[in-house]
Parts: sequence; structure tokens; C-alpha cells
Amino acid sequence: MTIAMSSEAASKATAQPKQPAGDWGYPFRRLLEQLLVPVAALLIAATGFAIFLVFLGTSPLDFASLVWRGAFGSWFSFQNTLQRAAPLLLTALCVALPAQLGLVVIGGEGAVVLGGLAAAVIGASLSALFPPLVILAMAVSGALVGAFWIGLTGWLRAYRGINETIASLLLAYIALAVFNHLVEGPLRDPASLNKPSTLPIGEANMLGSLPGMNIHPGLVLGLVACIGFWIVIQRTSFGFAWRVTGGNLRTALLQGLPANRLIVIACALGGACAGLAGMIEVAAVHGSANASLAAGYGYAGILIAFLARQSPLGAIPMAILLGGISAAGGLVQRRLGLPDATVLVLQGFIFVSILASETIYGRFRWFQPRGTA
Amino acid sequence: MSAALDPVFHDKPAHRALEVEAIGVTKRFGPFVALDNVSLKIRRGTVHALLGENGAGKSTFVKCLLGYYKSDEGDFVVEGREATIARPADADALGMGMVYQHFTLVPSMTASENLVMSRSNVPGIIDWKAERRQLFNFLKNMPFLVPMDVPVGELAAGERQKTEILKQLYLNRRLIVLDEPTSTLTPQEAAEVLGLVRSLVEMGDITVVIITHKLKEVAAYADDVTVLRKGKFAGSGSAKELGPEELTAMMIGEPHAPKPVERLGGPDAEERLAIRNLKTEGELGRFGLSIDKLVVRPREIVGVAGVSGNGQKDLVEVLGGQRSPASGDVLVSGAPYHGGRDEARRLGVRVLPEEPLRNASVPKMSVVANMNLRRFDHDEKGPRRWLDLKGMNERALGMIQSYGVRTPSPEAPIAALSGGNVQRATLAREFDGEVDLLVISNPCFGLDVKAVAEVRARIVAARNAGTAVLLLSEDLDEVMELSDRIVVMHHGEIVHETPGPGADALDIGRHMVGHG
Repeated sequence: MTIAMSSEAASKATAQPKQPAGDWGYPFRRLLEQLLVPVAALLIAATGFAIFLVFLGTSPLDFASLVWRGAFGSWFSFQNTLQRAAPLLLTALCVALPAQLGLVVIGGEGAVVLGGLAAAVIGASLSALFPPLVILAMAVSGALVGAFWIGLTGWLRAYRGINETIASLLLAYIALAVFNHLVEGPLRDPASLNKPSTLPIGEANMLGSLPGMNIHPGLVLGLVACIGFWIVIQRTSFGFAWRVTGGNLRTALLQGLPANRLIVIACALGGACAGLAGMIEVAAVHGSANASLAAGYGYAGILIAFLARQSPLGAIPMAILLGGISAAGGLVQRRLGLPDATVLVLQGFIFVSILASETIYGRFRWFQPRGTA
Repeated sequence: MSAALDPVFHDKPAHRALEVEAIGVTKRFGPFVALDNVSLKIRRGTVHALLGENGAGKSTFVKCLLGYYKSDEGDFVVEGREATIARPADADALGMGMVYQHFTLVPSMTASENLVMSRSNVPGIIDWKAERRQLFNFLKNMPFLVPMDVPVGELAAGERQKTEILKQLYLNRRLIVLDEPTSTLTPQEAAEVLGLVRSLVEMGDITVVIITHKLKEVAAYADDVTVLRKGKFAGSGSAKELGPEELTAMMIGEPHAPKPVERLGGPDAEERLAIRNLKTEGELGRFGLSIDKLVVRPREIVGVAGVSGNGQKDLVEVLGGQRSPASGDVLVSGAPYHGGRDEARRLGVRVLPEEPLRNASVPKMSVVANMNLRRFDHDEKGPRRWLDLKGMNERALGMIQSYGVRTPSPEAPIAALSGGNVQRATLAREFDGEVDLLVISNPCFGLDVKAVAEVRARIVAARNAGTAVLLLSEDLDEVMELSDRIVVMHHGEIVHETPGPGADALDIGRHMVGHG
């Protein structure tokens, strides 16, 4: 045996690293595993749902073709799908970013409504200013409030040892209560009669559509955020520190990484995304903050993040898939006479199937590293 | 044992040690032959030592014997009858069980609960009062004790290992496989446990197969010894007749074990690490640390001996920045040290706790990523915002090469590596660059002879190059072999100090158990 004792010997060995004979196909097979397992899970979910439809007396094929037409079949329906996917991209990040550090944060809904409320209030009070400036101020305030709300969850986790899942969920209820109180009370626009809302931000300050499309710019923001955070996680030392902390907290502390601070930052960034989702709903769709803001985007984001196995990049196809299913909901309801909740059943099948498929990773020897271990 | 009074035991036959013979056992994993036509006889009422390097096939052999693997070829003959051992329950029915190197107790349950729950015939409703009484009777006959009413997770490694052995005895096994049973024990405890095992064997109660790397244990406690090398039978014989040289030669296929590296040059005058009046809060009513003074100098290895659970873990956690002291100072090269990343880099401090897979690696991340934990955000050119994936890869390949880390792929998760290779990988990472102070805990836990020699040689080499080394080890032999100075920890305090060369093991042992 050789013991490269002297530092010269060691550096000599380092200087000309030879590639040790090994399993060079492994990274490729790992990628294949990461793609094939979710696809298989989706097929199983579709099969389960097809059986459910047969019991209802509906043809699964009719259903599938309707979903296809309603979600992806035409440019019109695909725009509808993308429009629905836009806020989901951002709320999925509210789950996926803390998940890099091993946290399960499910209170994105709270950040959505409070972020949207803050944006609406700022937008309405600055509405006379130059519109791009107003939009910027709205975005910043929405993101800050969202960041504060989920950052609070992270702080409780890091410095007070409180379970982040429960804390974020309960904080979401508090956020909804505060939101309702403010919208129906002190911040209510006296002119909003049936549907209590805050003062409108003004038509001039609304986000328009992307050129040539009927989609608001929130989609671009969501895509940029997903891709951007994926790059941060995969390619920066900051994201590497997140992964180390999420992978083994003891090791992170031993390596002197500021784990607690990283936890708060990741939660705050996730919250900022959810807050932005709320701001976009206000600035692009509603024009003010009202009960429509609490449409469950925060909760749908949990679903998407888990479907995407907490990958910001994976959140993109999953958000489009779920956006499509919900976009097709109306068509399915009208044509097949199925209740609105049928698409929720499909979502449920997908969710359970994907979660169950988690246990499959590592089971098939073919995907695993081979040789000496 | 009061078998008549004891319902745990009374439904079993008066137990007698088992006799087992393996004939031509072969086990393949894909194209890899882990065990190649191995035959051996484990005589009734003996201690049979199984020697071999990591990956020699010892674990595979016992896993086949105990039904965790199904052997591809060959037979096991138990008590003169061919036995079909297809699953662990079959081995259990034959009265064969194993104490693993990795702990298998439920951490949140107490030792009593673990023992009772491990029985295969636990009733639906447990009469704890009666169970306790039986346990008490059982424990009366045991030559060692463990805290029975504390969650096992809070016990130190040594105490947990003893509980594991206790569990097998409680389950009334007639053949017990011990996988490196004493790697966490003090010499006294090890002697005690092996003495107990020996006496049970001599009473004809059990047959023991012991997997070990400690040749001394083979000589002192085993009757027979079988050596495996690369999955093949390499030799066997009477433990009394085979000397350490012959055994080592059989194990590694070379006539000599690697020579230990000599410590050269005396300690420098500088106080590289200085701990003064350090106190920590004890957890759950246990003692905390209380160290008045501990100094480590450059070119010096200070060995901390002690029974596991006497504050060594706390000390490593304080030095690693995982635990804040209640009071006192930790100075490195004269500067206050808290374990921050920049501080550690500036002062050249490296802390390597025991069980590196659990405490010093990210199991799911790749070998490359794990080897770059120290350097990913700060390389030769300064701080880095963007990962240098190419540089990281090259650095890792260099380490894999120079430390001989055996991994299927640099991209494989580090959890896929064997214990010795995880230790090599973490050592490679921590020894990379300028190391001024190295704190290392149980560096050779679970490694084979060759790896142990290599790891120790690297530690001594670092010392000779000017590193101050604080070595915490539960293996007193290791402390005595490596240390320039030895301190003994007991109940969180430093109770004894002696120069390393010429230190008296028995004297140290007395201080370790608090009878200075």
C-alpha cells in the first residue's frame, strides 16, 4: 500500500489526477431515473383516475381528449393554462426553496394574501405616480411583506425550534384573518358594495398583457424566478450551502456554515415569491385586494413543489400540468356533466401517486452506481 | 439463570451452544463475487474469530448465515442437519442472532423497552411490572450494567453497544455473531464484555462468532480463527497457535503490516489550542463539560482517553461550533474561537467527529460535493460566489486518487461507500490545505487493519508537519500509540495527565472510571 505522507507526494498526486476506473454512466442513469419515475407515476395516476371515471359511467378517452382540448389543444386554451400556471410557479417556490434546507413550509397562502394586500394598499396610495414606478413599489412591498411572513416561520424554526410546518400553516390562518379584517374594515373601499375590496390601484397601474398574447407578465416573472433559483441552488456557493444544510445540519454546523441564517433567508426568499404572486394577482387580475386573492394558490403551490420533488425547474412543467387541468375544468363540467370537483379528484390521484413514487428511487439496481463501494 | 421462575426462558429447551458448518458458500452480487466457495466449521461452544479486511466477505458470510442474504451456492449444516436459512426468521428459529456494528436499537425507547420489544412473542398488552421483574432477574446475572430507563438515543456509543449485546443474551440466542463488538469500549469494558462472552461460552451456553480487526482479542478470547481475503477462504487454525504476523499476512496477503509512522521532533512552545475554564450546560441532568485548562501545541498529539459518554462528544461539538459553551474561553493561536467558517479557515482549524457519514458528510450528496465542503465557497483565489464545478471535480479526483478512496463513481452519493472509504474521503477533505489544529474523534472506528494504519499514519504525518492534534478516542491502544501527551476525561473534567511515551495503561484505565 502507499501512503502519500509528505505534502510533496500528495501535491504531486493532486497535480495529475487520473480518472479512477469507475462507473461513468451513473450521472446519466440518475437523470433518467429522475425523469422516468415521475412519468411512470403520472401514468399510474391516470390509470387510477380512468377506473374512477369508468365507475362514473364516463369514458376516460372522452375525458382525456376534453382535458387536452381545454388545456393544451388550442392557442386560446393554452394561454388560459399558462395564465393559471403563473402564480403557481411563484407559490411553488415558497415551498421548494425552504425544502432545499429540509424544511416543509406549507403556509404560502398567508404570504400571498398579505403580499397582495400590501401591494394593493401601496398601489392605491401611490396611484397618481408614474405607472412603472407604482408597479415597482407594489412588487417590492408585496415581496417584502411575503418575505417577512415566511421569514418569521424560518426564524421561529431556526432560533426557537418551532416546527416550521405547523408554524407556517397557523401563520397562514392568522394572515387570512388579518387580511379579512383589514379588507372588510379599515382598508375597505366604501364604493365596493357586494365584494369588500381595498381601494382600486387604478386602471393605469394595471399590468397589461404580454405583447401579442392574452397572458399577463406574471408568467415571465414566475419562469425567471424558477430558472433563476434553480441556477442559484445548482451553481452558486450560496445554494450549495443550502443543500449542505438541508442534507445534514450537523455537518453544516461543523463546517461553520451559518445554518440558522440560511434557514431564515431561504424562507424569506420563498415568502417573497409568494408575496409577489399576490402582488401579480392584484396588479394583473383584480385591481384591488379582495377575497378572490385567497383562491388557494398558496396551497396549490405545495402540490406543485412536491410533484416537482422540490426542484424549481421541475415546478415549471408541473405548474403547467396543473394549470392545464384546472383550465380544462370548465369544459369538462359543461360537456360531460361531471361536477367541478372531478378535476380535484384527478389532482388527488396525481398527488398520491407522485408522493408514493418517492419510495421507488434507489430501488432499481440498474440506476444505481456500480462497482467497488 | 433462574429458568424455572422466568417465563421468558421457560418455554425454550435448556439451551446448548450450537454447532454450525458452512460448506462451499458462494454469494454473488451481479458479476461481483462477494463470497467465493467458503467452507468453515464453527465448533460447539467456542469463540470463532472471523478476520479480514473491509470487503473481505466477513459481513456477507454472516449475513448468509443469518438469512439476510440467500447464498447462491453451498449449504449450512446446523447441529448436524442441513438447514434452510432463507430469511432472518429461520436463523432466529435456530437460535442464531447478531450484534451489528451499526446500532439497531430504537433510539427513543429505553433499554428495557428495547429488550422487551425485541422478543418475537411480545403480548398485545405488556405487563410492564412483570417484565421489569424478569428483566431485573436477568440483569442480576449480567456482569455489566447499562442505564435501563434512559432513552437509548441518549446513551453513548459504548453503552449502546453493551445494550445490544445484552439484547442478544436476553433473546436467549445459542449462536451469537458479534460484529466488532469492542470497537467502542474501554479496555476494562472490552475485557469485561469479552470475559463475559468467554465465560458463557465455557459454560456451554453459546457459540460465538466474532468479527474483529483486533488481533489481541483473537489471541486472548478466541478458540478458532478463520481469515477471509477478497471473498475467499485465506486460512484458519487455532487462535493460540497463529501469531499476529501470520494472521496479518493471511489478511492482507503481505507478510508485514504497514509500519507505524514515527513521531519526529518535540512539541513547539506555542499554545495552538488553549481551553480555559470551559463549562457547558449538561443535558437532561447529565454533567456538562468543566475543563480548567487544556493546551495543545504544534507538533504535538494530545490524546484524550475516557469512557465514551464522559464529555468527549460535548468537547468536539464545542470545538466544531455545534454547541455554545456556558462560560470560559477557547483560544486558537491566541485568538478567540467560536467555530465560524471564516474563523476556521483563517486559523486552520479542522474538526472531524466520529461516525463521519452521520456527523461530517451529507449522505445524499455526491463524493465530489462532500470532498468540497471546505472549499466550495473559498478556493486558492479567494471567495467564490459561483461554484467552480470543474475545479471541484478535479480536486475531488485528486483526493480520490491520493487517498485511494474506492467509489463506483465520483458522482455516487457518499452514503453508497463503505465505512472505511467514507472515512478516507472525509480525511482527504479535512487534511487538504493548511491545517494548524486538528480535532479528531475516534478516527478508526470500524476500519480494518490496513485502513487503521493508514489513518493513524496520516495523523502522525500531519503532526510531524507542524499540526497541533487533539485526538479523542475510546480506543486506549490508539491513544497510547499516537499521543505525545495523554489526558483522561471523566464526567466532563480532565482528571489526569501523563506523557504519552511510557504511560501506564492500567493507571489511565483507573482514572477513566473515576478511581484515580
